[in-house]
Amino acid sequence: MMTQTFTVTNPAGFHVRPIKTFVEAASRYPAKINVLCKGKKVNGKSSLSMLTLGIAAQDEVTLEIDGEGEQEAMQKLGELLVQIHE
Amino acid sequence: MTRKFKGIAASPGLAIARAVVLSTETYVPAESRTEQPERELERFRAAVRQAQEEIERIRTATEAKLGAEKAAIFEGHLLILEDPDLIETVEAQIRDEAAGAEYALYQVAQTFVEALSQLEDEALRERAADVRDVSGRVIDVLRGVRGGDLSQLADECIVVASDLTPSDTAQLNLEVVRGFVTEIGSRTSHSAIMARSLDVPAIVGAGAGVRDIPDGAMLVMDATEGMLLVDPTPEELTAYTDKKAAYDRRRAELRQWAGRPSVSADGHRVEIAANIGQLEDVQKALDNGAEAIGLFRTEFLYMGRSALPSEEEQFQSYKYVLEKMAGKPVVIRTLDIGGDKELPYLDLPKESNPFLGQRALRLCLERQDVFRAQLRALLRASPYGNLKIMFPMIAVLEELIDAKRILEEEKRQLVASGVAVSETFEVGMMIEVPSAAVSADLFAKEADFFSIGTNDLIQYTMAADRMNETVSYLYQPYHPSILRLIRHVIDAAREEGKWVGVCGEIAGDPTAIPLLLGLGLHEFSMSAGSILPARERVGSLSHGDWQTLSRQALSLRGHREVQSFVQQHLEGSEQA
Repeated sequence: MMTQTFTVTNPAGFHVRPIKTFVEAASRYPAKINVLCKGKKVNGKSSLSMLTLGIAAQDEVTLEIDGEGEQEAMQKLGELLVQIHE
Repeated sequence: MTRKFKGIAASPGLAIARAVVLSTETYVPAESRTEQPERELERFRAAVRQAQEEIERIRTATEAKLGAEKAAIFEGHLLILEDPDLIETVEAQIRDEAAGAEYALYQVAQTFVEALSQLEDEALRERAADVRDVSGRVIDVLRGVRGGDLSQLADECIVVASDLTPSDTAQLNLEVVRGFVTEIGSRTSHSAIMARSLDVPAIVGAGAGVRDIPDGAMLVMDATEGMLLVDPTPEELTAYTDKKAAYDRRRAELRQWAGRPSVSADGHRVEIAANIGQLEDVQKALDNGAEAIGLFRTEFLYMGRSALPSEEEQFQSYKYVLEKMAGKPVVIRTLDIGGDKELPYLDLPKESNPFLGQRALRLCLERQDVFRAQLRALLRASPYGNLKIMFPMIAVLEELIDAKRILEEEKRQLVASGVAVSETFEVGMMIEVPSAAVSADLFAKEADFFSIGTNDLIQYTMAADRMNETVSYLYQPYHPSILRLIRHVIDAAREEGKWVGVCGEIAGDPTAIPLLLGLGLHEFSMSAGSILPARERVGSLSHGDWQTLSRQALSLRGHREVQSFVQQHLEGSEQA
């Protein structure tokens, strides 16, 4: 299992569209993907659960990935977290 | 008697029509069990499929009507119906606990609605409405009932509802719907956003009282003020009919200026640009027909946080704005901190006169780690559009030369390490310190452009703290002292073939515009909302006349005399 923490830089936080992109990417990996923020932990393959985290700009988000392709998933999903989305 | 409601003006405009009140009851399924979980599961899946088809139809229709961006909401809805944490949980309850499909879906959806409703972020909180909208649709299918279909409204009306779901809003028949009023909601509700893009007047959050409005009641809505009148008197009706006509006329007039160049009546071309302070402002600038970003204040990246922004984060922000402006000029000002803006994490010593202290570039030349990171981010972003870098608070030539040297060093290093950097971006400076204004001819040899920050230039020229109420009478933007400085800056720049902008309040000020135009200003940069009136004003003026008039104004006795001089000549030309 891999764990890594990222800071969300998108000034508008991490809203519907970035979450959609994130979840689509996460769903392509067979590995179990958990997303932790502000003491809550949810399934990284569920947009609704991701939305309930209320991720804002400058929040620290930890990815916990377990299973096949975890290294690649960590890199790809970490990039999405720090990217600025339209 | 007229009843009045006050709500949030979510989309401006006025409307006068009869009310169509949508029923507000929401269906809450009772707890139920199923004898045959497998069949119930099938029933649930079929209902989800049908809801998906319905949403897809609404999505296609919305895309045709409003474009892909607005239709994206419904892609979000489709996604909800594929969400594993929603669908799998409902299916598990049906399968393992023999729960009825309606009840299971309602319960699970409700946990998300509640979790989302508790979030601090207003925009995220609004997503609860999506979950309600989508789960409600599936439950309607399961029950075999039809939700209210707003596309069937046939008579001119104002829609009154507890809340409008995104699907409701998208289906409003705009041929007849003149506006809508909701009990709940905020400026960032889907329905509010939709209303703005549909250009339909809307008042949201008008309170529980709107539920009692009888169907068919006469309504007057003034969504510029968030005011709703039920059963207006004949006098009110006449007054608002006039107000509506004047409003619609004025708006149509201004809209005409959005896609036009900024040209005076006698054909002199200037540029009208927007000041922006955050990424969201770019769209607003474009919507209002900005020809450029004349001032991008970068402080938002640094303020309201506990540590410096990374170079990468800055790069992403600058790149975003440059790309969004698609080749139009973007003037990005380097960090202007100090004065009234503090950054606790930099741990700067308290100064007794912060406006005269280590502010903006003065600080950046001292804290080069901060400065260089910003310059690198700017340089890396430079290939993505038409970047112009601007240094604030320069008093003496050495500061400009130092800043340019540091920029050049960073550029050389980036290029050496193989990073793409534009070869053509301009490097200019703010004129806000009187010494720079007076000696603009010296600076014009070193800077590619000037942008006059009139708010600070006035405060420093008048030696009057702009935060201090007791000396606020000295804020005199039309005073000949200020106008003479501006004239000198423009003349000095012209001598060297450089351009000059103004990015202070007065750039969008109807009285100052004729003077600045006459003095030969090239670029007027202002808040987005001022752009269209400013362009209209420029279009009504003769550059030739104001060349003479503005110079006459320079020898008047004071601020008030200049003000009435301009007014007089504006009225004179309107009558002529």
